[in-house]
Amino acid sequence: MSEQLPAIILLAPLFGALLTGLAGNRDHRRCFPILISALAVSFGCAIALLVQVSQSGPIDYFVGGWNTERVPLGVGIQLRIDALNALLLVVITTVALLTAVYSFRRAGEENTEKTPQFYMLFQMLCVGLLGITVTADAFNLFVLVEVSSLTSYALVAMGSKSRGTVAAFNYLIMGTVGASFYLLGVGYLYMQTGTLNMAAIHEILADPAFGKSSTVFVAFILILVGVWIKMAFFPLYGWLPNAYSYCPSTTSCLLAPLMTKVSVYVMIRVMLSIFGADWVFQSLGWSHTVVWLAVIAILAGSVLALAQVELKKMLCYLIVAEVGYMVGGAWLANHWGMVGAIYHILADAFMTLCLFIAANIFIKHCRADRIDQLEGLFKRMPLTSTGFVVGALAMIGVPPTAGFFSKWYLLRGGIESGQWGYVIALLVSSLVNAVLFFRIIEIAYFGKNPAESHDHAHDEDSHQGQAGEATLLGGEGRPATVIPLLITAAIVILLGVFNAPVVEIIQQALEGMPVVGAAAAAR
Amino acid sequence: MKWFGLIATVFTGILLLSAVPDFAAFGDPDSPANGGLGDHPSVSQYYITDTYTDTKVPNIVTAVLADYRGYDTMFETVVIFAAGIAIFAILRSFSGPVAPSHPTAIDTSVEGDHQRIIIGTTCRVIIPVIQLFALYVVAHGHHSPGGGFQGGVILGASFILVALAKDLSAALGRFSEKRYLALGSVGILIYAGFGLLCVALERNFLDYEILHRIMPATDPIMARSHSMLGVEVGVAFTVTAIMFAIYANLSSKGRLEQGF
Amino acid sequence: MEFLNASVIPYFNYWIYVVLMMIGLHAMITKNNLIKKLIGMSIFQTAIILFYVSIGVKTGSTIPILEHHHDEGHAETAHAVAESGDHHAEETDHEKSDHGNNEHAIEADHGIDPDHFANPLPHVLMLTAIVVGVSTLGVALAISQSIYKDFGSLEENEILAKIKQGGPGVDV
Repeated sequence: MSEQLPAIILLAPLFGALLTGLAGNRDHRRCFPILISALAVSFGCAIALLVQVSQSGPIDYFVGGWNTERVPLGVGIQLRIDALNALLLVVITTVALLTAVYSFRRAGEENTEKTPQFYMLFQMLCVGLLGITVTADAFNLFVLVEVSSLTSYALVAMGSKSRGTVAAFNYLIMGTVGASFYLLGVGYLYMQTGTLNMAAIHEILADPAFGKSSTVFVAFILILVGVWIKMAFFPLYGWLPNAYSYCPSTTSCLLAPLMTKVSVYVMIRVMLSIFGADWVFQSLGWSHTVVWLAVIAILAGSVLALAQVELKKMLCYLIVAEVGYMVGGAWLANHWGMVGAIYHILADAFMTLCLFIAANIFIKHCRADRIDQLEGLFKRMPLTSTGFVVGALAMIGVPPTAGFFSKWYLLRGGIESGQWGYVIALLVSSLVNAVLFFRIIEIAYFGKNPAESHDHAHDEDSHQGQAGEATLLGGEGRPATVIPLLITAAIVILLGVFNAPVVEIIQQALEGMPVVGAAAAAR
Repeated sequence: MKWFGLIATVFTGILLLSAVPDFAAFGDPDSPANGGLGDHPSVSQYYITDTYTDTKVPNIVTAVLADYRGYDTMFETVVIFAAGIAIFAILRSFSGPVAPSHPTAIDTSVEGDHQRIIIGTTCRVIIPVIQLFALYVVAHGHHSPGGGFQGGVILGASFILVALAKDLSAALGRFSEKRYLALGSVGILIYAGFGLLCVALERNFLDYEILHRIMPATDPIMARSHSMLGVEVGVAFTVTAIMFAIYANLSSKGRLEQGF
Repeated sequence: MEFLNASVIPYFNYWIYVVLMMIGLHAMITKNNLIKKLIGMSIFQTAIILFYVSIGVKTGSTIPILEHHHDEGHAETAHAVAESGDHHAEETDHEKSDHGNNEHAIEADHGIDPDHFANPLPHVLMLTAIVVGVSTLGVALAISQSIYKDFGSLEENEILAKIKQGGPGVDV
């Protein structure tokens, strides 16, 4: 059975969605167990795949069994799991599972009559993201991008806030342009190579005759711009802040950590597996330009974040800056830059999840989303606040959190390639993050506790929650929301402390590649 | 914004056109996509020459769609299904002002009555024919243009025609919300079920060949052909259900009542 | 004129696809009305379909369905000529015996010339793209209907103005 894991990992949430559709409508309480068990199966598969890959190398899986000697590569659809996407699979399933726990009853309150539909979209989004990660077929990737995009448009638009629907519309327009550019780029590649399989395209493009082909060049630009729109890289970020801050809280916890990171993964996959590192970094010679774009993205994201008064909006602009980190790191054109970018995908997913869960708990319990309304919060919610502080420290880059090590690798890459602008931008951005988060911590910790005004809200919550809960945890939220937060915070720290084995796996993924491989770094 | 849009558009257009002279000539049978590169024959050549021996399906497009790239097609069906669920999730509202039971929009004059008789009678005659044709398109996808998507759309259109000719509640009487939501799930369940059956028989996902063990009187090649029909039926179920779901929700602002 | 002959006419389809696509993109960026934006989006996506289908064209080929191999004027074998008569009937009425004949014909004429059939792969891919386009359009229409319900308008500037004012129905 273990050789079927690449298919089962995304079939589990797919069947989960279908079962929710069939069984959940009659009784909404059935939805949650289905969701948890489907995601748990996926999570188990992801762990098993990671172990398998790190022990015995990449796994190839041919859907439909089209891999006999008679059949050339690319006739059927290939799935390929290497160390890079095995890591990402674990991240996606973990984040999804934690968000699922967080959504317990919360989702029911936010979408009273449409809980089953919410959970179906949730699971189909996971199917899309996992599918993007495992596939080795350029067109199949497009289909799965559309699965994940369509579900995320709906999840954003489902909320009760009318600004959310407007944000969803913009998201849809931008997302469609991005996906269409990607599709067009794949078309240009298909036209030149006659195949859609990533490895087959790579093999054909390795021919130096393609080094100067304008079609391949345009294809690369189209695909790159397409994924940049999807990941909200700086000048193309317009859709992100509103979409993520006006959507229901469970949706923001799922989308914010995953969507942009998976798009960054797609960019790295396209650069390394389709075009190849030597083509991208040597024939094209664009690394300087793109790294400077990333510098602008980092600075712009940080400055815009400073200007925000709403907590979630601020976090959204920080995501824009973080995307700049990853794009810049991937384009530094050396080993440590790429390692840093990939490690940052993992670290940032958990950091963002941590901050978004904490922010959502704050917002729900204070009935306010502005930063200056968070006064005295830490005394009432010590556990939630601890989670928030861990996330904040990771964003700033304080050791031993994961955020420190990812920045460390990125800086090392930046210094090695002599991209001083990028190095300075990283440091400035860390400084801005420190200012931002210490401002919040100051307000929330030292600000006076206006107990009178909050008591009312507090009472209401304890009525909503179970009787024992409120007394047990003081002013904390429900265990179902606080526990995933604390687990995430623990992961952020553990990922930092145990960064060496993770980096080893990333290096295994890059092994043997020109420019970004470890051997290339040693030279 | 106007100027920015124009500049962005023109710039993109020039970028796209700049590659055009590098393209293979239009209609060239030896272009890389059609004929392959050097000693690599392209996959499309493999499809044309070997589909019939692999699957015994003369319609190559169907074979590529449902077998070689069946994994794509399954997610394509998931996209449709997701769209249906998305529209339900965004629009469907269960509360709000109660609709008048007799919508005022319907013309009750004698002339209006005549029109209703003509339209109603025509539709009554034509709808069964449309539905029969839809089933033919689904079933005959192996030999002629057609298949699950096309047939499903036609079948869905026949229900939409009921809603247009009479009213939405008449169409919902034939194809209720509970039923179309369930049918949408069942369609993908059939498709993914075929795939999972192959996994259960210890082959890769969607490797239909092995299904000859459980299908009576078939060899491995015919098992591929029959399974393709099976998954096309699944696709048709989902597409029918979701097409009607989209119409019903959009036309009534999610209330599934006439007169809004 | 030289330019026209050398780089436009041989690539006519590709020029048209770029023009269509830019019309769509321009509408998506600059139009104020949400429905007009969606019309632009549809044009944009359809242009991509035109592009893909253009890749798969082969001069003098027919649709990629094997039966048609024989009745489109490519009848090289005597066998196929003799059979071409009942092929038209078969279009509408696909009887078992006819099917049997056909199978026989294909097997007898084993070497299938790929140049006689259009490239099937772009057709398959575009079937997917069409489906994706329909789904996106459906969801987009649902979202714009929901926007209209909240704001009473589909003009982007009016919606933005209402959001700024925080007028009725807008919960910020």
